[in-house]
Amino acid sequence: MSTRNTLLVACSALLIGCGATLAEGPNLGKAISPEELASWDVSIGPDGAGLPPGSGTPQQGEQIYLAKCVGCHGEKGAGKPNDQLVGGQGSLGAGQAPVKTVGSFWPYATTVFDYVRRAMPLNEPKSLRDDEVYAVVAYLLQLNGVIGENDTMDAKTLPAVRMPNRDGFVRFSRGW
Amino acid sequence: MRKNKRPRRSEPEQAAGNGVLDRRLFLTGSAVAIASAALPDKARAAEPLPVQPWMKTPGAPFTPYGQPSKYANKVARVVSSIPGTTGTGTSRTPHHLLDGMITPNGLHFERHHNGVPDINPEAHRLLIHGLVNRPLVFTLEALMRYPMESRIAFIECAGNSALLYQKEPAQLGVQPIHGLLSCAEWTGVRLATLLEEAGVDPRAQWILAEGADSAGMSRSVPLAKAMGDALIAIYQNGEPVRPSNGYPMRLLLPGYEGNMNVKWLRRIKLTEAPTMTKDETSKYTILQNDGKSLQFCFTQEAKSVITRPSPGLTMGAPGLYEITGLAWSGYGKIAKVEVSADGGASWALAALQEPVLPMAVTRFRSPWRWDGGPATLQSRATDDSGYVQPSRAKLIADRGARGNYHFNGIASWGVAQGGEVKHVYA
Repeated sequence: MSTRNTLLVACSALLIGCGATLAEGPNLGKAISPEELASWDVSIGPDGAGLPPGSGTPQQGEQIYLAKCVGCHGEKGAGKPNDQLVGGQGSLGAGQAPVKTVGSFWPYATTVFDYVRRAMPLNEPKSLRDDEVYAVVAYLLQLNGVIGENDTMDAKTLPAVRMPNRDGFVRFSRGW
Repeated sequence: MRKNKRPRRSEPEQAAGNGVLDRRLFLTGSAVAIASAALPDKARAAEPLPVQPWMKTPGAPFTPYGQPSKYANKVARVVSSIPGTTGTGTSRTPHHLLDGMITPNGLHFERHHNGVPDINPEAHRLLIHGLVNRPLVFTLEALMRYPMESRIAFIECAGNSALLYQKEPAQLGVQPIHGLLSCAEWTGVRLATLLEEAGVDPRAQWILAEGADSAGMSRSVPLAKAMGDALIAIYQNGEPVRPSNGYPMRLLLPGYEGNMNVKWLRRIKLTEAPTMTKDETSKYTILQNDGKSLQFCFTQEAKSVITRPSPGLTMGAPGLYEITGLAWSGYGKIAKVEVSADGGASWALAALQEPVLPMAVTRFRSPWRWDGGPATLQSRATDDSGYVQPSRAKLIADRGARGNYHFNGIASWGVAQGGEVKHVYA
């Protein structure tokens, strides 16, 4: 065992040993099991962690989009009155008017699933079933040319989708 | 002796061009004399003072919760909602009509992503889970028993002042341009206390903070910040946090961009890496000239804005005025604020009103003898890290004008001959 690991173990032991005193509170949190908190654990990591079972295709997604999304996001995600969801690829370069959409800007397909499921449609959030969310996401990805029209999105395929602007972000470090 | 340092009454010390006077002028008590000197024909009171009706009749009864005077009804937020919604958008603080450093609760700016939820505090829960030894859930009643701390802290939307990225100066005033900034005293429980109670897994590097609103606002925050000065705020300026600011509890991350201070906080999940939520990827990232976007720009850089004079507040007669405004930095305390009346050609130190606190707004004041002619008013903040608020031109040269967020360049108010005040670029 390296010195560093030894130290880590020692620190961990110390933390566990002193847990009660480190938390300078009355310790009133109630234990909760993974099953009990599952309905709130809705966030999806970029590696797909947290994606539920289910699946959807662009064709299925189109039907849901026409029923629930088109009023705010326009025909085929063209936007208006609210955000444009499709197009804009190649618009981020110097001197251009950027058109930020799912296809041109969003770095992770998992984020689309996370956001649609938690927040959309705006007048009825959290109303879509997981299959429907997969389908709408598949439709948006297909409209943006990111996946094919016969592709199916599920917990395995969605995190594997490589978004066009995946490498378009740099971590900020102070310096301006 | 301090007495000997007073400027001579007949010749107030000009500290910068176009009439900016020494910041100590008001403090030394000679301002009245100067004001008098500037108005040699000052009229005497022309009429006898009337005894008004309210001096002769009993006043109104008590009210359980006080409201502003009906005569102060213009001191209000301006609201803009996105199309097709009533609760998604912003409301902005009327800084041109306020003074001091604390924003009254009813005037604190708002940014909602799907309205203000109507949360029953007895049914509200705060869940802490993920990379912890023991997932825990807290009621409001439980949190009320924890040791509390107060922090006076500004919250500024990352999109505040974004209009200054535009090519032409928007013909608007302080409130619509810079009103996504407020400052309050927040009181609550240190997040670190709760995280320690749950037991932090050494693999955890980030937390995800999530709201109970129907937008489920969620942001990733470095664990170091969560274990540092982060607060679960339960009180705002001494009373329960307002619904529009997160009732019954919000996350307070002093100095960090507004929407990371998640309102209606329901869940903290400890993770190894950022969750890459919608609002830390597709929004709140800064697109630069080279097409790459800066991500995780958490801290609001040093910034200042003059709140008076400002557009909508037309100047009166030439004479002595106070230039006042707010300065703040997410990195610490404001070290100094300089004021210019000649578009940045010359600068004078403004007086900083105590208290000057880290991650809080600081009120600055500078006496100004307006000669009735054109002037361009600017303020420039420096924080205690040494960072100097950049000019608009420098900021745009460095970052481009397509970033939308974190505009902290110098703003300019143009005073025209005759006293009209307009937003200008200088």
